[in-house]
Order: sequence, then structure tokens, then C-alpha cells
Amino acid sequence: MLNLDTSQVSLSREEMERFSRHLILPEVGLEGQKRLKAGKVLCIGTGGLGSPLLLYLAAAGVGRIGIVDFDVVDTSNLQRQIIHSTSAVGKPKVESAKQRILEINPYCQVDVYNTALKAHNALDLFRDYDVIVDGTDNFPTRYLVNDACVILGKPNVYGSIFRFEGQATVFNYQGGPHYRDLYPEPPPPGLVPSCAEGGVLGILPGIIGVIQATETVKILLGIGTTLSGRLLLYDALKMSFRELKLRKNPATPPVTELIDYEQFCGIPAVTDTPAVEEITVHDLKARMDAGQDFVLVDVRNPNEYDLCRIPGSVLIPLPEIEQGPGVEKVRAALNGSELIVHCKSGMRSAKALGILAQAGIKGKNLKGGILAWGDAYDPSVPKY
Amino acid sequence: MAVTVLIPTPLRPYTDNLEAVELEGETVAAVLQGLIGRYGDLKRHLFTESGQIRNFVNIYLNDEDVRHLERGQETPITGPAVISIVPSIAGGNHA
Repeated sequence: MLNLDTSQVSLSREEMERFSRHLILPEVGLEGQKRLKAGKVLCIGTGGLGSPLLLYLAAAGVGRIGIVDFDVVDTSNLQRQIIHSTSAVGKPKVESAKQRILEINPYCQVDVYNTALKAHNALDLFRDYDVIVDGTDNFPTRYLVNDACVILGKPNVYGSIFRFEGQATVFNYQGGPHYRDLYPEPPPPGLVPSCAEGGVLGILPGIIGVIQATETVKILLGIGTTLSGRLLLYDALKMSFRELKLRKNPATPPVTELIDYEQFCGIPAVTDTPAVEEITVHDLKARMDAGQDFVLVDVRNPNEYDLCRIPGSVLIPLPEIEQGPGVEKVRAALNGSELIVHCKSGMRSAKALGILAQAGIKGKNLKGGILAWGDAYDPSVPKY
Repeated sequence: MAVTVLIPTPLRPYTDNLEAVELEGETVAAVLQGLIGRYGDLKRHLFTESGQIRNFVNIYLNDEDVRHLERGQETPITGPAVISIVPSIAGGNHA
């Protein structure tokens, strides 16, 4: 059981009333509620996973909650990040979350860190907390959270989502396995589509985030059996839960220091020159207005094409190009004309141009994709 | 032996969007070979060029990671079994 000092903790009459449904649970009781109040939880990210779990940790009476996020609330977040309101759009997420937490439970101490979690600040940020909850959205930060937890000996309550599926477990708890035992290394960039490309059912992180909140509360209380050593898989479409065994891997190298996680995950430094030739939306517009001969290929998915499109564009989704038939479709569409490729923001179209180049088809990438086009020329394009 | 291989969402584009594939095979390796024989595009997602299972994809025979089985991928399949492919996913939210 976590060593929490409750000797200095007391509950006011109002708190007794607030937490009465906990106090009458024999497994929690007054001592358990004091443990929650003595508990210090750090949540990395206040997005899809962080939103529901922070709401429940606040309501449950966790005494001190730290939140780390560098982002501001965007309209497209509101479909799943339920701690943030429409009125918070444009505000720092940590400030929006803090306000909501204090509305739920004014007895909670909220520490906000409006910063990106990096190797240089992770150990200092984690040191003061009892439990770390990982609600991040990318591999470099997940390996960083894991390694910092292993070095400091903190439990890492893990959740991750993709489209309709989620994973949850507890890492590094009571000698149990950690993230590197489950996945020794991340996939190279580009092999797995990101959430921004793949989309996510808004309710999905709610389920996984609440599972993370449940595990966090159990760890603070020292009751029940946690997910340590078990990987829980959830499929929203089938409404099924499955469990797989998760063991320590003797081949996992010991974690002794934090490293460069961007490099570890194979993400090139932003200063790298782009490998494909680019064209701006203004150049594109000028070419259109001048009636120049070119073909604009849109490599997004059909459902995105239904949402918005650039006039005259031809839809050939990236997966078709990756699998082969799309390459010939592009060749046929061109028929000697110049090729310009676009997607939502420029990542997938760059990838498509890489594949097309191998087949001897050259073209230019529309910088910033349809979002940049929308900003400059078409206010009907939604920021999806 | 009849084996059901469960395909995770990120890999379904390579299996005609099937979430499960029924195959026959005497070992885990034989079933996986049968799977990539049928869906060739899956191969680079599951295996390295030297034929090892990739480090960011886990293969489970029922609820056990094949890396932790004594005979690994060569573990014989002795009854109706489920093989799960569980890739590493990172999503929480993406700004």
C-alpha cells in the first residue's frame, strides 16, 4: 500500500457531508477518505483521457491534483474533452481544467503546469506526487512518463485510445511490469495513423479515462486488485472488454536515466528540410486563376472529402496509394499534367508524394493542406 | 487446429477491414504465416525484415504474450485458440 501520511489530515463537517457516500462504504470509510485527501496525483494531459479522470478525482476528494498541459482549448476538443466548456475556447487547458475542478471540489489543491512535459522537467514535476496518470497522445511523452516513473518508483496509470478501441493498465506498481515490458520500442513515425488522421469516438476516452480514475483511487485507498500485470482492451463497437497477461520482460534494459525521446521515437528535428517540393495556397490560387494546366489530388479519406474540398480536386485516398492501385489512378488522372497533392494539413500528402516518387511520378505538396486553403480563401472549410 | 486471429483497428485496412480471420495452423508461427500469405500487406507491419515480430506489436496466444511462452512462436496450438494482435497505440487526444 502507498505510504500516505494521514496524521495531519482532517475532514470538516461540510466535507463529511460531501463524501458521505464514501464514508459509509466500509472499504473507504473515514480513514480511506483521509487517504484520498492526503493523496497527490499528477495528470499528464487534460485532453480526452485527462478530462473525465480529473472530474472524478476531484469529485472523489483527492486532496492535491497537478495538471500538465501546454495546449489551449480548441473547438474541436469539445467533442470529448468534457472538462472544458465552449466558453473556455482559446484559454490554456490547465486554467480551464483548474476552474472546473475547483467548482466541483473547492477543497482540492490544484497545481497547474502550463508547459510541455520534457526530459528536463519531468523528474522535478513528478517527485512531489504519489501517482502519475498518463493521459498523453504521443509516443515520445508516453516513454518519458514511463521512464520518469520507473526512475522515481511511482505508479503510472496508463490509458490509450484509437478510434473505437482503448487500452488501460497500471505500470510500475509494486514491482509490476512497465511500459517498456509491454512495448520495448515505439512504431516508426508514419506506420500507425495518428488520432488526428484516424479520428476517435468522443465517448471512448471517457470510458478509458474513468477506468484510469478508478485505478488511481484504488491505489490511493489501497483496496481491490489493480490492473497491474493485466492489459485491459476495450472495443466500443463490440462493447467488449478483454484482458491479456502483462509480465516483466527479463530482456528489458534497466531504466537509469531520461533520454532524447523525440530521437528514440524516430521523429526528425523540425529544422530538417522537407524532402518534397512545396507550393503555397497562394501559388495554387494564382495557378487556378491563370487557368494553368495541373491536377490537384486530394489524398484524404472519402468522409473528409464529403466534409469539405478544394474546387476541382480529385479524391485518391492515401491508403489506395499505399496499396498500389492509387498510384496508377494518379498516373491516369495526370495524363501529362503537373501534379499538386494535398491533405488536411500536409503530412499525408507528403507521404503520398514519397510513394509516388518511387513510381516515377513527381509533384508538389500543398503546404498546410486544405486547412491553410480554408484560412486564406474559403471560410466554409471547417477546422476539423 | 482452427484459430481465430483478432485484427486490431489500425491493421484492418490490410485485411479487407475484417476484425477477425479464421485460419488453420499447428503453431502460432504457422498461423501467422497463413495470415500474411492471405494478406501480404500485413507482413511489414508484423515482422521485421529478418522475420522477428516487431517490438511495437504484441502477439498473444489466448491471453499470453508469445514472447513469454517457452517455445515462443513455435508454441503448438492444441485446441480452439484465439490469437490477438495488439499494436502499440498512443492516442489520448490530439490537438
